[in-house]
Amino acid sequence: MSVINSKISTRSAMFKDNVAAHEIAMDVVREAEAVSIGGGGQKSRERHQSRGKMLPRDRVTHLLDPGSPFLEVGIFAAFNLHDSACPAAGLIAGVGRVCGRDVMVVCNDATVKGGTYFPMSVKKHLRAQKIAEENNLPCIYLVDSGGANLPNQDEVFADENHFGRIFFNQANMSAKGIPQIAVVMGSCTAGGAYVPAMSDISIIVKDQGTIFLAGPPLVKAATGEVVTAEALGGADVHTRLSGVADYLANDDDHALAITREVVSNLNHTKHAMVTLCDAEPPLYDPEEILGVVPADLRTPYDIREVIARLVDGSRFDEFKQRYGTTLVCGFAHVMGIPVGIIANNGVLFSEAAVKGAHFVELCSQRKTPLVFLQNITGFMVGQKYESEGIAKHGAKLVTAVATTSVPKITLLVGGSFGAGNYGMCGRAYSPRFLWTWPNSRISVMGGEQAAGVLATVRRDSIERRGESWSVEEETAFKKPTIDMFEEQSHPLYASARLWDDGIIDPRKSRDVLALSLRAALNAPIEETKFGLFRM
Amino acid sequence: MFSKILIANRGEIACRVITTAHRLGVKTIAIYSDADANSKHVSMADEAVYIGASPVAESYLQADRIIAVALANGAQAIHPGYGFLSENPGFVQSVEKAGLVFIGPSATAIEAMGLKDAAKRLMENAGVPSVPGYLGESQDLDVLEREADRMGYPVLIKARAGGGGKGMRLVENREDFKELFEAASREGESSFGDSVCIVEKYITRPRHIEIQVFGDNHGNVVHLFERDCSLQRRHQKVIEEAPAPDMPVGVRKAMGQAAVDAAKAIGYSGAGTVEFIVDGSSGLREDGFWFMEMNTRLQVEHPVSEAITGLDFVELQLRVAAGEPLPFAQEDLTINGWSFEARVYAEDVPKGFLPAIGVIEHLNFPENCSDFGAGSVRVDSGVRQGDAISPFYDPMIAKIIVHGPTRASALNLLTRALLQTHVGGTVTNMEFLSALAKHSEFSSADVDTDLIARNIDSLTSESAPPESVIALAAIASLGLLDKETDHSVKLWDELLGWCHWSSSAYTSNLVADGAAFRQQITIVDQHQFTVAGEGTSCELKIHHVSGSEFNVEHNGLQSSVNLVLNKQSVFVFYDSQSFTFERPDYLNAQADEAIGGDVVVAPMPGVVTVLSAKTGQKVLAGDTLAVLEAMKMEHALQAPRNGIVAGVLCAVGDQVVDGDLLIQLDSDNA
Repeated sequence: MSVINSKISTRSAMFKDNVAAHEIAMDVVREAEAVSIGGGGQKSRERHQSRGKMLPRDRVTHLLDPGSPFLEVGIFAAFNLHDSACPAAGLIAGVGRVCGRDVMVVCNDATVKGGTYFPMSVKKHLRAQKIAEENNLPCIYLVDSGGANLPNQDEVFADENHFGRIFFNQANMSAKGIPQIAVVMGSCTAGGAYVPAMSDISIIVKDQGTIFLAGPPLVKAATGEVVTAEALGGADVHTRLSGVADYLANDDDHALAITREVVSNLNHTKHAMVTLCDAEPPLYDPEEILGVVPADLRTPYDIREVIARLVDGSRFDEFKQRYGTTLVCGFAHVMGIPVGIIANNGVLFSEAAVKGAHFVELCSQRKTPLVFLQNITGFMVGQKYESEGIAKHGAKLVTAVATTSVPKITLLVGGSFGAGNYGMCGRAYSPRFLWTWPNSRISVMGGEQAAGVLATVRRDSIERRGESWSVEEETAFKKPTIDMFEEQSHPLYASARLWDDGIIDPRKSRDVLALSLRAALNAPIEETKFGLFRM
Repeated sequence: MFSKILIANRGEIACRVITTAHRLGVKTIAIYSDADANSKHVSMADEAVYIGASPVAESYLQADRIIAVALANGAQAIHPGYGFLSENPGFVQSVEKAGLVFIGPSATAIEAMGLKDAAKRLMENAGVPSVPGYLGESQDLDVLEREADRMGYPVLIKARAGGGGKGMRLVENREDFKELFEAASREGESSFGDSVCIVEKYITRPRHIEIQVFGDNHGNVVHLFERDCSLQRRHQKVIEEAPAPDMPVGVRKAMGQAAVDAAKAIGYSGAGTVEFIVDGSSGLREDGFWFMEMNTRLQVEHPVSEAITGLDFVELQLRVAAGEPLPFAQEDLTINGWSFEARVYAEDVPKGFLPAIGVIEHLNFPENCSDFGAGSVRVDSGVRQGDAISPFYDPMIAKIIVHGPTRASALNLLTRALLQTHVGGTVTNMEFLSALAKHSEFSSADVDTDLIARNIDSLTSESAPPESVIALAAIASLGLLDKETDHSVKLWDELLGWCHWSSSAYTSNLVADGAAFRQQITIVDQHQFTVAGEGTSCELKIHHVSGSEFNVEHNGLQSSVNLVLNKQSVFVFYDSQSFTFERPDYLNAQADEAIGGDVVVAPMPGVVTVLSAKTGQKVLAGDTLAVLEAMKMEHALQAPRNGIVAGVLCAVGDQVVDGDLLIQLDSDNA
């Protein structure tokens, strides 16, 4: 396979400027991450620990195999949302290894509003379940939650993708043979009670875990019965009398040890659907990514410089290198896993779209996972392009991407605007994972363009009435739109709303891709049946 | 030569004999008890026969049964090893009566040396001196003073019935004799009700030097030079060497001749050792050694003499027993180089050298050492990794033998070999041996039998594990030290503890010697860790070298540390010290909780000596239900709560192991 020959000088001023600009963008993300990791704050965490409970993050690390990577999803969920009341949406979710098996862990953070479910908490929980379901990952729920957040009940309870969907998913995953395991390490009240009840196996911690449909206050209100939480739904009740839980644990450590034992008995064998090679590092250090990618999205650069820093041996078997050159396609390996890479290298033209569709077909036939490196301002516009049918050529790419059965991983490395987002496997196209870089931007179109469109419409209307509109007036008119787009296209704005699975450190892209692919390979790759390609 | 022999022993000496026998083409039959069913000597022998239950009286001392096994399986001779039946004249007679050859001296020779006083008289008659003394009944001051004059001052007056230093007086000058004799006599009367005293020559700086002898059935006896076994603890030899330091040629010759004379006096055949007490106060002298006793067998420390003579003593034993004459004369024998032997035991040194037991979870001997054979480092061991040191037999793990051109070079080899010997799973005397090997008096050859007792505190000082060792154990206990060397897998290993942004922290809980260590570990990368304990924090860089060896960098210092991990423990071997950390077993925490609940379990291995609990009996919390004798101590096992005894699952005399369920209380009466 041919090796990419990098043309970047790591000593150039531009390289250093790029690094500095990325560092600034990453600092913003790091600050947000600290907020998410901090959970409900120091006092709340101390109170949690004083009850003999492990902090949620410690629960996760102690559940996982020591040293297991943790591919966390939705770290920035609810950032600046819900009055900033629920960092990380009060949940920790991600893919890690337990007894050598990849699993999805969903852990309530009771230090955040008692682990109650805000709207974004529900969305994050459902996203984690979707990842588990698509990738055949056993689910381990470390439950410590008061159930639905009551002040937000209208946004968490009734709709299709609200609270009830969690249990629907549990039932359907169980039906597919995807193990559902709950560890009750705190409250499991009301709807929350169904998490252990709907699990295949449940473990409950003595003196900590409680499961009941209605807690003591509600019981008293409803029937006048006075009962303690422990007697109503404690570990002893549920393991000895009710059978709602299966294992009694002395404490968190014990519960997690039991859970590991449960996972070790799942009798799972992973069938690799791809031919794995020996992993080898790229020729060029992934650390250099910050220097090779321009800080300004408008500055063009060769995406192969990024690919050279992601793939094994920087080797890239490029497909149709001389045709449709604004879309780079080719085969490579990431940590020994074969992938087909589709990467933007400019605006999408008809040829590029058709080339992309062809390449998706190839990968689908070979059952090679796809990696999208998305940096797209959109499809080319203009009379020439419309008349050659760029819409139908673009549709071919969108159809191929939408209907292929191979695992897709999308990495947003720059802009994600307009229909380019669709062709390059945006969120709506169900990539198994979608990660973004701190410098990326996402919106229906660029802020300038959007403001320009609105201004043109406005100017036409004003001028039709025979009035005039000064340049100053137009600039003032455009500013709110530009500002709004600037704010809403920021990756933190996107990630807070779970339009993606998280913002990552660009230098860790190779690791993230490898771990995402590894997780995806837990599910068999089905035959693809494409939709109709408009010819 | 015999075609098949039976080895009436176990452990390292059985393995030692088997090794030589096989080299000579002689087939071997091992015998074994219950406890030894899967032991090393059984696996090495051509055939093995079960001989009885684990206690020695029911197995390795069953003379008749052993002889019957030898006859039934076609052995022509029996090698007794050392200990057990090796110096039992009755056994020798039975062996010979059965038409078999006893590989060792005659019954009469053994008998002659068996009774210490008679042996001393026999030796005196043969012109071999023993420690002068007056053991008569007379308490007449004149008689005693005359005797003291004859043996020469200083002398020791001892109350005949005395012990523990009571009724004992050291007399330096004649003028003090009367006063001190009366004091000893009074003390004997008041303490023991017996005022009779004896007088012995007092040896100021005693050394234990013994001569190896070999005789054949043709009247030849030679000596194979001396061994110095002065490093003793309560008459237990710890490190032996050959030759003896500062041994003048004349004294060696005189002692050798005395030993040969002693052996000839009793018509000795085979391997034997004549032990002397030697006055080392002002250099070794030809008139400064006295006969103590003769051991009529191959001794534990024989390898040091093999090393310096280049001979295989077991081969010589077999040849002599088969009727061949010794293949050399005295003048053919020379000393080549210097040799040491250190005895590695499972014993708890800080607890007064208490014998210990346990499964050897990890066992590593020095690189390039030979098994039972020649070479600069030799290891004689009867156990393998995974074997148990049982409470039934001597807790020896191995003998580390080194051979170098000079004493200094051999001692360096010994120090190095001890550093490379790692035993995990039971406490050992390794640290003590290393301290001894490095001791200045020993290295300057300034030895006497009191050296260990004099320095016991410094030799057995217990040290807490250093910070870096605790941190390393914590990292290892979490399974964060990957030894994978495959390049491809290594890349995935680089994702150790991988997270998107912040690195994750792990908590490790370990226990060593009852002390708990709780530490927070942060992974920097797969070779670098930050470990925070209570009030301390350190950085470690760890690289795997090979096997159990790791290179650990701490505070800028790189050192080699050996580390072994198993399900329950982390063993760390660092600079002659070894540390065992117990890993928490959260999964079985529930079982622990049951203790103090409904059951009484054995807290350690031992024998049930008293059993007062009866089924149906009402008991109160704290009532003694049984007594367990373990490690020479009696442990009362008490009721954990008030209740009714539901079941007694042991009987008096039962040998139980740690954790055995002994007594159950009725769970409904909690």
